[in-house]
Amino acid sequence: MNQSPKLNSFRSGPDEDGRFGVFGGRFVAETLMPLILDLQDEWNEAKNDPAFKAELEKLGAHYIGRPSPLYFAERLTAELGGAKIYFKREELNHTGSHKINNCIGQILLARRMGKTRIIAETGAGQHGVASATVAARFGLPCVVYMGATDVERQAPNVFRMKLLGAEVKPVTAGNGTLKDAMNEALRDWVTNVESTYYLIGTAAGPHPYPEMVRDFQAVIGQEAKQQILEAEGRLPDLVIAAVGGGSNAIGIFHPFLDDESVKIVGVEAGGKGLDGDEHCASITAGSPGVLHGNRTYLLQDGDGQIKEGHSISAGLDYPGIGPEHAWLNDIGRVEYVPILDHEALEAFQTLTRLEGIIPALEPSHALAEVIKRAPKMGKDEIILMNLSGRGDKDIFTVGKILGMGQ
Amino acid sequence: MTARMEQRFADVAAEGRPVLVTYFMGGDPDFDTSLAIMKALPKAGADVIELGVPFSDPMADGPAIQLAGQRALKGGQTLAKTLELARLFREGDKRTPIVLMGYYNPIYIYGVDRFLDDALKAGVDGLIVVDLPPEMDDELCIPALAKGISFIRLATPTTDDRRLPKVLENTSGFVYYVSMNGITGSALPDPSLIAGAVARIKAHTRLPVCVGFGVKTADHARVIGASADGVVVGTAIVNQIASSLTEEGRATDATVPGVEALVRGLAAGVRASRLAAAE
Repeated sequence: MNQSPKLNSFRSGPDEDGRFGVFGGRFVAETLMPLILDLQDEWNEAKNDPAFKAELEKLGAHYIGRPSPLYFAERLTAELGGAKIYFKREELNHTGSHKINNCIGQILLARRMGKTRIIAETGAGQHGVASATVAARFGLPCVVYMGATDVERQAPNVFRMKLLGAEVKPVTAGNGTLKDAMNEALRDWVTNVESTYYLIGTAAGPHPYPEMVRDFQAVIGQEAKQQILEAEGRLPDLVIAAVGGGSNAIGIFHPFLDDESVKIVGVEAGGKGLDGDEHCASITAGSPGVLHGNRTYLLQDGDGQIKEGHSISAGLDYPGIGPEHAWLNDIGRVEYVPILDHEALEAFQTLTRLEGIIPALEPSHALAEVIKRAPKMGKDEIILMNLSGRGDKDIFTVGKILGMGQ
Repeated sequence: MTARMEQRFADVAAEGRPVLVTYFMGGDPDFDTSLAIMKALPKAGADVIELGVPFSDPMADGPAIQLAGQRALKGGQTLAKTLELARLFREGDKRTPIVLMGYYNPIYIYGVDRFLDDALKAGVDGLIVVDLPPEMDDELCIPALAKGISFIRLATPTTDDRRLPKVLENTSGFVYYVSMNGITGSALPDPSLIAGAVARIKAHTRLPVCVGFGVKTADHARVIGASADGVVVGTAIVNQIASSLTEEGRATDATVPGVEALVRGLAAGVRASRLAAAE
């Protein structure tokens, strides 16, 4: 029977059918259903297995570098003259972003299931690099699907994946971005379902992926909560993260969902503005629909055809969002706002100059929202932002836009 | 199940041969040409028509059907226009069953109740919605059955005996056995494996079992038709249409006759299949 999440908690979803309210579910071809049910069984066993947890923690500590630091951005705080700003420094993880947290967890599951081949989709290349990394670490062949446009604009990550031994397959269908890469990965999976594990990079897709990816990423928020209590003796007033598919955001949000005093904001890619089609703000400018295995907010036309999004950041360039975010929006627990390309770019430069940290363009969106809000908040208030990835991969894109030359 | 679907399967079975199910993409490459193709199919020997509804993200389809969908969308095809195709076809043909095949989102956005009413009015007999497994039956399958529209389910080699009863539970019209794990347009697997799989499914259901994915020639149709109640041909027809178009993707004088010739050959294949089995 359908079982609604407990009403006194925002943290008990999804129900056993994989639904967060009306969102989520398992909208996949029959070929994949038996595998998805197997995955769910395996996941249910693994998450209650102390040995699995112990291995995850060990790899977290010695391979990823957990816990990641909580950093008080002193100069940025002084510059903005308002709330104290803390960064959860996921960009210091092995491979340079939060993506590795999920990849380590899922490859342990793939191994438990006896799968011998890993496939993944990637936008910015961060998830592709993290997948190629864990595949190398566990000695499994890895194929990464990446939109042809992204292959071009994220060249350093393509090179890294190849060095790690992964095969990078450019996808030319559609606009050649993340959505098209995901379609192609699903086609591969349908074809090679017996041998292959699909390592989805974000908290979206058919159940149990949204739940599983969230649980692997929730380590971010669990650590941050403990760290901020140690540093400040209290919870933050505001938690902010950028949202594409939404895995870094749900990772830091989830442990704070039941803390009423904590305001939570997700930042979508506003691209060149919400008036036209050149943005990726699925919640603020989209509507509910069904794609890639789940019901969620999507960018689509009146006939239900999915639109191509646009963002300066390849990692946010996805016309959908994880189903738990869709639900958190509808029940009003999390506020979702857009940030434009140029605002993210300014924030990128601000952080680089003020703190000596080059952020990825994805968390630069969250940072732009911090820059808007911090001056309006009191000096005794606290903002916690997920600095989800480092900007090494973006320096050529940014350099080109800023006309810095070679 | 609609009377039309039941009648057609019964009539063809009485002829002692399998049913020929033909798929094409509605609106490929334009509305008028695809209406002409649809009208030509029964005349060339097709028994059931699968009318493709284009979707921007066809996750379970190979390059041929993806491209067909893109051509149709570029030509302005929508779900509403696909229903209109069915309606115009039905004005001149009261007996050939029409099965709409596509993905859920366009239907969800159209509105399930409104869609089912309009599909019934247009003379649609069944639905194949690739991304709605039995776990999602409340979305469309149950409402469709309540209005008398068949919901045809795909069974695949990964659908084991443990799962088959669940897959077949709310299936009506016929069972579409996808003869391999993969996307549309892939190569044909070993015919003896197909015969075994058909027998396995028939142990669980009295519905006709049609086999598809990989059927390209009259000979394939003949071989598969020896064990299945029906043979589904899709990608071969879509490829035939694609090969007849101009470089800009427009229809030519060869588009409709090319499909007719292909389907005539396939129809001869299914008509030869039981003879082959009896040999």
